[in-house]
Amino acid sequence: MKHLLSTDGLDPATAVAILDTADNLKRTLLGREVRKLPTLRGRTVVTMFYENSTRTRVSFEIAGKWMSADVINVSASGSSVGKGESLRDTALTLAAAGADCVIVRHPASGAAHRLADWLAEAGTSVVNAGDGMHEHPTQALLDAATLRERLGTLEGRRIAIVGDVLHSRVARSNVHLLHALGADVVLVAPPTLLPAGVRTWPVSVSHELDAELPAVDAVMLLRVQAERMTSGSGGGGGNFFPSAREYSIAYGLNDNRLRLMPEHAVVLHPGPMLRGMEIASAVADSPRAAITDQVRNGVHVRMAVLYHLLAHEEETA
Amino acid sequence: MGIPSRGAPLARRLAARIAEFSGVRVPTGTLDVTLYRDDLRRGPTRPLEATALPDGGVDDRLVVLVDDVLFSGRTVRAALDALRDHGRPRAVQLAVLVDRGHRELPIRADYVGKNVPTSRSEDVSVLLEEFDDRDGVVLR
Repeated sequence: MKHLLSTDGLDPATAVAILDTADNLKRTLLGREVRKLPTLRGRTVVTMFYENSTRTRVSFEIAGKWMSADVINVSASGSSVGKGESLRDTALTLAAAGADCVIVRHPASGAAHRLADWLAEAGTSVVNAGDGMHEHPTQALLDAATLRERLGTLEGRRIAIVGDVLHSRVARSNVHLLHALGADVVLVAPPTLLPAGVRTWPVSVSHELDAELPAVDAVMLLRVQAERMTSGSGGGGGNFFPSAREYSIAYGLNDNRLRLMPEHAVVLHPGPMLRGMEIASAVADSPRAAITDQVRNGVHVRMAVLYHLLAHEEETA
Repeated sequence: MGIPSRGAPLARRLAARIAEFSGVRVPTGTLDVTLYRDDLRRGPTRPLEATALPDGGVDDRLVVLVDDVLFSGRTVRAALDALRDHGRPRAVQLAVLVDRGHRELPIRADYVGKNVPTSRSEDVSVLLEEFDDRDGVVLR
């Protein structure tokens, strides 16, 4: 594998190989005092974040360091980006300075794909850490790792993805990956928060959360992305829903709704959570929620991704 | 501790024989060395295998590493590095089924099933019932 840009088109065998590697890494590191492996010694990984992020950036940085790669963080503020340098020039500069892998988060959908084209000559690998409303493949992989851990297999499992699907790269990446791994995905959202092309996705669609909950094996909640709801005014949701309170009543996962779910069903949230909006505090902190497991698995999954990108002979892709 | 893949069942078999002949029960484990190899960039992505420490860990104990074929010695070098990250054994020894020579590192085995003189171009495969439905050593 040369790049990880999307889960759309990711071959299921490769996805499973990454998940298996992550699982092995997790067990290898369990209970160890020295959580450092020499595998990527001498390789350089640069994270380029053009959007705010805590968990993804930190997770990639820890993953790279635990594999002994040198990790350098570049953020839009405090770099030449602030002086007006283009994404392409910044990337070429980093490649020329010796980066073996560039991890990029960018507000524009497709940024990671463009970057991979520009860096083809330099031979630098690119990982998409979230591009606009398009994809966030490592989030989907860590969600799949967490679901495999809790449910055993994804084959035939029913997963509800609930909330702001329209603005969510997490939802897009999860739809493709979960479908590839044999799960049955249902999107639950108000019609205003579903993308126009949703009928062509390999999913079913529902607007009634309560009707779906008794049959699910997992519920994946999405954050309501107010920062991407620029149209309209007030109410917290632009023109997409009347008010935060109404959204929460219709689509928020609270204690009563948790009781509608089967005993074994898991609750996931990619974070950052808006407690009281899409998820009630009591649900977020309940043992049914795998939210901290997701973060923990995120490090192992990203170590696995770096391993699959960097620890093999050169390939021309 | 067996080095996967074929060292792992060999280690379990050795432990079973020791128990049978001497009545001493020896704990076993597996030690995957993939993440410590120096040749990862010379081939396609290698899948990882399981590492399982024996009950009680490796600190202050005598660890016998078990592998099927001893050749360049690079796998054993990786195993020594991997072991160091799991603890500090009192001593480490090496048991192999076949020693085929051509060492590239100053490493030797403490216990050898059979020394098999080979040329570099030959291929030595150990077959085990656990993987191959029969036991044997094939020289090609």
